[in-house]
Amino acid sequence: MTSQPFRRLEGGLIDRDRPLTFRFDGSTFTGYAGDTLASALLANGVTLVGRSFKYHRRRGIVAAGVEEPNALATLREGNRQEPNLRATQVELFDGLTASSQNRWPSLDFDVGGINNILSRFLPAGFYYKTFMWPAGAWMFYERFIRAAAGLGKAPLLGDPDYYERRHAHCDVLVVGAGPAGLSAALAAGRSGARVILVDDNAALGGSLRGDTATINEVPALAWVDEVGGTLEALENVRILTRATAVGYYDQNLITVCERVADHLARPDPHQPRQRLWWVRAKRVVLATGAIERPLVFANNDLPGVMLASAVRTYQLQYAVKCGRRAVVFTNNDSAYSCVSALMGGGVPVSAVVDTRASGPGDAARKIVDSSGVECLFGHAVVGALGRQRVTSVEVMALADGGSRVTGRSRVIDCDLLCVSGGWNPTVHLFSQSQGKLRYDEGLTSFVPDASSQAESSAGAARGELGLDACLRGGIEAGAEAARLAGFTPTEDVEAARCDHVDEAPVEALWAVPLPARRHGKRFVDLQNDVTAEDVALADREGYQSVEHLKRYTTLGMGTDQGRTSNVNGLAILAGLRDSDIPSVGTTTFRPPFNPVTLGTITAREVGADLAPLRLSPMHDWHAGVGANFVTVGLWLRTQFYARPGEAMMEAINREVLAVRNAVGMVDVSTLGKIEIQGRDAAEFLERVYINRWTNLQVGRCRYGFMLREDGFILDDGTTTRVADNNFYMTTTTAQAGPVMAHLEYYAQTVWPELHVHLTSVTDQWAGMAIAGPRSREVLAAACEGGDVGDESLPFMGYLESRIAGVPVRLFRMTFSGEMAYEVHTPSDYGIRVWEALMAAGKDFAITPYGTEAMSVLRIEKGHVVGAELDGRTIPADFGFERMQKKDRDFIGKRSLERPALAYGPRKRFVGLISEDGRKIPRGAQLVWNPTAPKPVPMLGHVSSTCYSPNLGNYIALALLEDADGYQGKLLYASSPLTDSHVPVRVGHSVFIDPEGERARG
Amino acid sequence: MHATSGIPIVTMSKYSIFSLVRNALGYHENWPLAWRSPEPKAEYDVVIVGGGGHGLATAYYLAKEHGIRNVAVLEKGWLGGGNTGRNTTIIRSNYLWDESAALYEHSLKLYEGLSQELNFNIMFSQRGVLNLAHNLHDMRELSRRVNANRLNGIDSEILTPEQIKAIVPILNTSPTARYPVLGASLQRRGGTARHDAVAWGFARGADAHGVDIIQNCEVTGIRRNGARVEGVETSRGYIAAKKVGVVVAGHCSVLAGMAGFRLPIESHPLQALVSEPVKPIHHSVVMSNAVHVYVSQSDKGELVIGAGIDAYNSYAQRGSFAVVEGQIGALVELFPIFSRLRMMRQWGGIVDVCPDASPIIGKTPVENLFFNCGWGTGGFKATPGSGWVFAHTIATGEPHPLNAPFTLERFTTGFLIDEHGAAAVAH
Repeated sequence: MTSQPFRRLEGGLIDRDRPLTFRFDGSTFTGYAGDTLASALLANGVTLVGRSFKYHRRRGIVAAGVEEPNALATLREGNRQEPNLRATQVELFDGLTASSQNRWPSLDFDVGGINNILSRFLPAGFYYKTFMWPAGAWMFYERFIRAAAGLGKAPLLGDPDYYERRHAHCDVLVVGAGPAGLSAALAAGRSGARVILVDDNAALGGSLRGDTATINEVPALAWVDEVGGTLEALENVRILTRATAVGYYDQNLITVCERVADHLARPDPHQPRQRLWWVRAKRVVLATGAIERPLVFANNDLPGVMLASAVRTYQLQYAVKCGRRAVVFTNNDSAYSCVSALMGGGVPVSAVVDTRASGPGDAARKIVDSSGVECLFGHAVVGALGRQRVTSVEVMALADGGSRVTGRSRVIDCDLLCVSGGWNPTVHLFSQSQGKLRYDEGLTSFVPDASSQAESSAGAARGELGLDACLRGGIEAGAEAARLAGFTPTEDVEAARCDHVDEAPVEALWAVPLPARRHGKRFVDLQNDVTAEDVALADREGYQSVEHLKRYTTLGMGTDQGRTSNVNGLAILAGLRDSDIPSVGTTTFRPPFNPVTLGTITAREVGADLAPLRLSPMHDWHAGVGANFVTVGLWLRTQFYARPGEAMMEAINREVLAVRNAVGMVDVSTLGKIEIQGRDAAEFLERVYINRWTNLQVGRCRYGFMLREDGFILDDGTTTRVADNNFYMTTTTAQAGPVMAHLEYYAQTVWPELHVHLTSVTDQWAGMAIAGPRSREVLAAACEGGDVGDESLPFMGYLESRIAGVPVRLFRMTFSGEMAYEVHTPSDYGIRVWEALMAAGKDFAITPYGTEAMSVLRIEKGHVVGAELDGRTIPADFGFERMQKKDRDFIGKRSLERPALAYGPRKRFVGLISEDGRKIPRGAQLVWNPTAPKPVPMLGHVSSTCYSPNLGNYIALALLEDADGYQGKLLYASSPLTDSHVPVRVGHSVFIDPEGERARG
Repeated sequence: MHATSGIPIVTMSKYSIFSLVRNALGYHENWPLAWRSPEPKAEYDVVIVGGGGHGLATAYYLAKEHGIRNVAVLEKGWLGGGNTGRNTTIIRSNYLWDESAALYEHSLKLYEGLSQELNFNIMFSQRGVLNLAHNLHDMRELSRRVNANRLNGIDSEILTPEQIKAIVPILNTSPTARYPVLGASLQRRGGTARHDAVAWGFARGADAHGVDIIQNCEVTGIRRNGARVEGVETSRGYIAAKKVGVVVAGHCSVLAGMAGFRLPIESHPLQALVSEPVKPIHHSVVMSNAVHVYVSQSDKGELVIGAGIDAYNSYAQRGSFAVVEGQIGALVELFPIFSRLRMMRQWGGIVDVCPDASPIIGKTPVENLFFNCGWGTGGFKATPGSGWVFAHTIATGEPHPLNAPFTLERFTTGFLIDEHGAAAVAH
């Protein structure tokens, strides 16, 4: 265990009484509570933290926050392993384990570093120009490219943690709890508006956490604590810390990712790891601050080159010295506060290199004057020198407005180079909200212009970088948001006071020119290894749109989404094209602002909870007798009831024969059921079904087809007139939802004048079908009172009765082709009625059967299901053209007039019998000659296939071209998949009882 | 500094390892433009509206296969900025019906030689495409499709869960999964390609044959003389054309409106997202129709994840986050180890969907005006084939046999090519 050589003895917001131990790449270090992984590594003098994406160059920590491009680490191990986390955002906890990425075998010695040596041959887009020989070899090359790419490694085990989602509504959502955000939340909160304040960090304060300013005559942090306390006390204000607003969607929906337990080794029991908030806000105030830009010069990626603001943050917030001797390189005044922080913290500053010939404003000048630091105005660092990290920098004078460097170069020793290239307001969320950006020449950055949604930006996020402006702007934005949300801001909320600092304007220098006849890598995008030369190459080759630049060079496409690189890159492009920055434009900022864990997005809807599992009311009975189940959509249905020692086919055949020869019972509760009520209910059915409905008598059922607008069958089913204005519709299991939606669509939007009410009652009714020659006897034995004979319950008749003391609806209809009844009863009585029928059927050897037997029975009868009604068939394909009304319109009727549907040589429904007793393969295509050269002409396809124990052969249903012409002929059911080509004889689709006598008894 | 006028360039600088080395020695300062950015001429033989992959491919094949070089491609934004640059780059040809299978297979074959044809590495990686089946119904539909594919001469097979596990070890094949994997179809020749490169390669190839590629040129009107098209109004002035081909995914109904007819098309948002890059973990393409997700891993290491369309109609290139939520739920169910990976970027495009989920490629009610549209969610895989048949159609005035069934009239005749089951996502 090492000490923390770069930790200052005092100061900072860390808790020295709580030392924490952590491991990085196998070495053990200590840090303190309040550290990030990055600050703790820096405190321990670890400067090499990663290898770059493409060239595998050595990289150190650059930033202190969300913009960090280099310091990506894999955190934790085993099933909690997580790649690509920014060390600057990882809160240190005791026992933390982290490892560097994209290196092999070690960070210090990385074989991938060969790419750096070969980098001259690997400019932007090199892979588009090579790896094409020999043809087809790409996948060979690709293997190496893939292995070299990628960053961290995905975990190989399932996630042990869980996640939550939460929906929230508020009047004002304030994003960011820095000076502007706190002020905005205060102004809005005092008005009584429901406020949600979210901040990325563990504590409030934002940039003030590493600041020496005074606000209202007290240290900034004391002010933060005071405002925080006030907000905490307001009941209408909710504060979320460790919560990053990541997505801004339409209708002012903002997603906020709250890291509930990432600062702990593992989540507390009963706590989620993360929580995704879906916040609908009437108004949004974006107080997201600004991100410092680096400067682009040769070797600017060496470890030891850091953003000036980050160095200052490490110095003040974390009491960490980022080096032993520093040089500051800037084009604006903000970096001068870094000078005072360094000097005050015991890090000597060798020089300040300011690109501006006129130097900084008065306040900044006072800092350097008082400390006696050498200032080189009108100069630039042309290169960082050093192998493992910065050991010195080379400085030259700028000439011709920064377009070239001149004079003798001077080398200044340092191990830390603090750079500042100006500030970019953090406009990502604003841009996601579809707000338009404007380029501000004075700030040399993009700032929010016209809003598109109910939001406003405040403070540095709108380009007001001064603390006083942030405090004032925050109050104004918060009060305005509350007012627009319908609240009256209180008069007594005033902006906090602080000193105004006059700054000299920033002077853009997008890329420090290389000295004459010199080449070097000037990185624009550190994470993706995109250099100024790559930008120039893209421009030279015609990839001149910013989107082409991005895609060709991968600029800004890393996990940092180009936070430190985008503006520099497009400014360099603008310079190359002699164009201005606004006309070059920006790429689109896409959600999320910060990467979001996938598990957080799906939250609790994983595993068994991904979708509901639907069970029949009689499920427990089936399970109790050892039924085999099968999934059908969301449902679990009984596939068959195997007896001990019975194979699947044996069970199915037994069940089928029981129905044909005696009686069986099947659970049909999964059928969709819809109550259709109202005085226009019959008229409604008339319009949605192809057949006649107004003449259906009360107490009768009718079978019908329902078409889509395009004429194809949506569903079939039976509907019963329970009362004059009350119909009970059944749909197929699979189409229950779509049919309900279809009917509601027409009832609500197409025919709102019809008095009709639709209610899905699928879950309210249990259904069972008893089928077979003895079904009536079973029903008679079970029914209490009332006759169920042909008189009172004829074929397609309906009767209300009681079984086992509870009400039932009886329908005489058949799917199996046998005499059959459906018995429906309120779901809670399902098992009771089922058991009563089983008991009543005992003397008749009643056999429960499952979906497989049901399928065989209906195939034998040529009844259609979803396999036939696949959205491509019309009633005529099944011989039901005569069912269609001629005198009335119905949905889809007009489409049926189309030539291909009305007159074309359509495939029609036929039955097939295996010619040689072999199984007819599932999904087979019907061909004349299976060995014909490909493409083999296909005449049709097998839609359903089974073994018929009644026929003692394999049979199938199919759709076939020229069905009449092929009647009685031999074709092949061809399944190259199983290498079986079975000869089949084409016949009628009804294999058993074509006259339908059995059903009528 | 750059060539800006219509200097005919008939040869292009060849890309190879040798040219790369040679240019490296010159610090890459001598690479030529991949394509010119000429000013539009007053008149062209053919104007292609839409500078996406399909439009650029059309122009390329017009010039190369039919010798029609006086061609302009007009793009309202930047090349490949529509669905070409927004899709999940999956390529396959395992469609159910003969008509679709022939068209997509033709495209797949062109893809197989496209890098060499264009001298531009489009990174076509035939890593195999799996379509998962989660229930008996899925299995039956897959069997039907695979049998049809095989009889059509298209490579296609069905794998058992064990065989799937061997190819995709990280897939959750547990029988107790909420959506258990019962099997999958596999097209080994399917895979992915670099979508931008397809657009750029065709652009460079077309440019080398003299085609003018004009970006930032929005078509605002289609000028007709009676029943015949005469030219297009654009944001850069009127451009006369003997023939006009429109290939504007996401906006075809708008362009049809300009020409005075309607299309049976609905436009919907389709969203996609990528994870942060990780080392290779997923080597094939996995699609699941039942749970509405598809995923591959790009060469950069990002998981590229697609979903079903948003239900509502829209021209805004963004969708509802609820759709993304459902898509991620399905993904994590299929790949539990992805739970701790992170979404890096999400976006949307607009897809034009025909009632039968097949495209329209051919003539229109306006003479000499041709449309190629309605590719729904599956246009990228068809890019070269689509361009090839569309070029034929424009050049000869009649459809090629491959696209003859894909007429606009089929919606009035009813001779549909219903491929709803073949798309990975519900239309």
